[in-house]
Amino acid sequence: MLTACAAAVTFAFAGPASARVDGDTIILGSAISLTGKYSANGVNAQNGYNFAVDTINKRGGVRVGGKAYKLKVVYYDDESTPARGAQLAERLIQQDGIKYMLGPYSSGLTKAIAPVTEKYKIPMVEAEGAARSLFTQGYKYIFAVLSTSEQYLASSVALAAEMAEKNGKKPSEVRVAMVFENDPFSLDVRAGVVDDVSKFGMQTVLDDKMPRDLSDISATLTKVKALKPDLLVISGHEKGATTAARQIKEMKIDVPMIAMTHCESGKVIQQFGKATEGFLCPTQWAETLTYRGATFGSAADYDKAFKAAYPSYKTVPYQTAQASAAVLVWKDAFERANSFDTEAVREALASTQLDTFYGHMKFSPAGNGIGKPMVLRQIQNGNYVVVAPTKYAAAPLVYPRNADQ
Amino acid sequence: MFQNLSLLVQAPVLNVQLLLDGLFIGATFALAAYGLALVWGVMNVKNLAQGDFVMMGGYITVALAQAGIHPILALPVAIVVMFIFGWVVYKLVIRYVIDRDLFTSLLATFGLAIVIAQGLNLIFGPEVRTADSGLAIRSIFGGLVTIAEIKLASFGLAAALAVIVILFMKRSRMGQAIRATAQDARAARVMGIDTDRVYAFTFALNAAICGASGVLISMIWVIQPFFGITYSIRSFVIVTAAGFGNLPGVIAAGFGLGLAEQYGGFVLGAQFQQATVVGLLVLVLIWRQIQQARHRQAVR
Repeated sequence: MLTACAAAVTFAFAGPASARVDGDTIILGSAISLTGKYSANGVNAQNGYNFAVDTINKRGGVRVGGKAYKLKVVYYDDESTPARGAQLAERLIQQDGIKYMLGPYSSGLTKAIAPVTEKYKIPMVEAEGAARSLFTQGYKYIFAVLSTSEQYLASSVALAAEMAEKNGKKPSEVRVAMVFENDPFSLDVRAGVVDDVSKFGMQTVLDDKMPRDLSDISATLTKVKALKPDLLVISGHEKGATTAARQIKEMKIDVPMIAMTHCESGKVIQQFGKATEGFLCPTQWAETLTYRGATFGSAADYDKAFKAAYPSYKTVPYQTAQASAAVLVWKDAFERANSFDTEAVREALASTQLDTFYGHMKFSPAGNGIGKPMVLRQIQNGNYVVVAPTKYAAAPLVYPRNADQ
Repeated sequence: MFQNLSLLVQAPVLNVQLLLDGLFIGATFALAAYGLALVWGVMNVKNLAQGDFVMMGGYITVALAQAGIHPILALPVAIVVMFIFGWVVYKLVIRYVIDRDLFTSLLATFGLAIVIAQGLNLIFGPEVRTADSGLAIRSIFGGLVTIAEIKLASFGLAAALAVIVILFMKRSRMGQAIRATAQDARAARVMGIDTDRVYAFTFALNAAICGASGVLISMIWVIQPFFGITYSIRSFVIVTAAGFGNLPGVIAAGFGLGLAEQYGGFVLGAQFQQATVVGLLVLVLIWRQIQQARHRQAVR
């Protein structure tokens, strides 16, 4: 009796075999950080998902088997905690019958959710988890639209080598100071920098790791002052960027080249003004790039349309753009698979070759995005200007940076 | 590590930077710790929300700074607001746990800490904030050492606040009542002191002191809704090391902790900056244990 009841209940909730496609609606699921420490970027990502879903629905939806389907996303708030994220992924898949997942925000949450989607063989297109270690586990159902984190600051090392040669120095004479937060993301960024530093034979004069709850790195910067490196590389999410920028200003650190992640989301220009002049900041995407795709047009078109739909944004964070790109990848995969079978859709995802406003989308066999490069922007006169790779550069690099305090 | 030590020997002037930074920040640590010593000593409540009170003070500063008010002027506002907040929290929560066992008060204040941190996160968002004082930054020793004037100013303010609190505790009727209650609550009650009011005042005073400390921290460092816990830990380390009712000890331990963090960060690397704090706590506890063991032997 009990089993019969349970079966009836399951049937009632799961509905027909294709509950993930409800009438003419394809339902995607995502656990995302709407509260807690990642909520700012969690909301940025959610807005990106929603904007893409709305735009696709308005422009004819997703065509599968000659029929047009609308997209819809079911969200749960993971409260920025990995354990909760994993629970909610179970719930989405087990209770809500979700067969197609969008990723959460941050590498940590993605790491918590990937084993779950893997267990149930549910494909997940994620846009906000860049840690290298996500793609070394042999996962088959995870696809990341973004460049992995070891590429974030590596190009600044190559730039430093270039500048050294221009000034008649050998790249091996370049002295590098590294300050990285002790978390999976920043340690990945560090691994990329370390690889390039050893490739050029540069000297590492400082290699400090910031604690998680950091509000002070002045002791580390005191060392930087004494060691006078040619390149200072910093990564520690928004709080790392804000803390570093504040104390670089306060301690008048005049290293000729400073590269750090999360300048934009850390709002360093608004908060510390001229002291941030010349900082090199990596980004997954910028609205000035010449990428172009079917649904949104060019990067600039996307930027304009998003701001019109969400007027509270003065600039569009790349976290939002890549979330939209993930939805585009899903649309493309459904259409090419011409089926809702998860295995067929997974196959289609694996062979993605799609041009979008966010760059070319293509996945390695491990699932990480390899279609587009990481872009390096420099703060010049209070604006972010693309300086590398050269193909997309809007202005030459200012070297040494004007340490105008 | 040895490389960093040799750096200090080669350029001794770097010590000046570390000493100054350590003392400046140590003063604000001492302030928050003194508040903890007060509630711990008087009410026997171990307030785990100490650091979150500090963050609240910081956010009051940031909010006022956004409205165009200079962060230093936020100090009196934060003191008043936090005093009222502390009083309300006492009436709503602390009053009910004060006579219970240790774990009830720990759990209650821990819950309070979570509520405050999430509340700040909801209102202000998770971004790291700082209040810009607009004061100049001075360079000495050919630019090798920099002193932000705001750090000097906040040091002076911390010292002034400490003096005011000491005078208050020594001279005023309420201060005397607080000290009497700390010594023996029952006797104080017999003598006609309204201990419930004394407790409420003590807790509110602690919140006000934390708020002041938060104002200073938002001006010299950065704040974030979830940074509170580190200040709670620091306060506990300082009070454990100094013992409550020992104001000079709290001040000395505060400075000591500030210096230990700076030197720990310099010599061992930033990753050990806060580990130094916890490491010191372990050492202090071991030392205390040995002391007490000796004491017990002497009594026997």
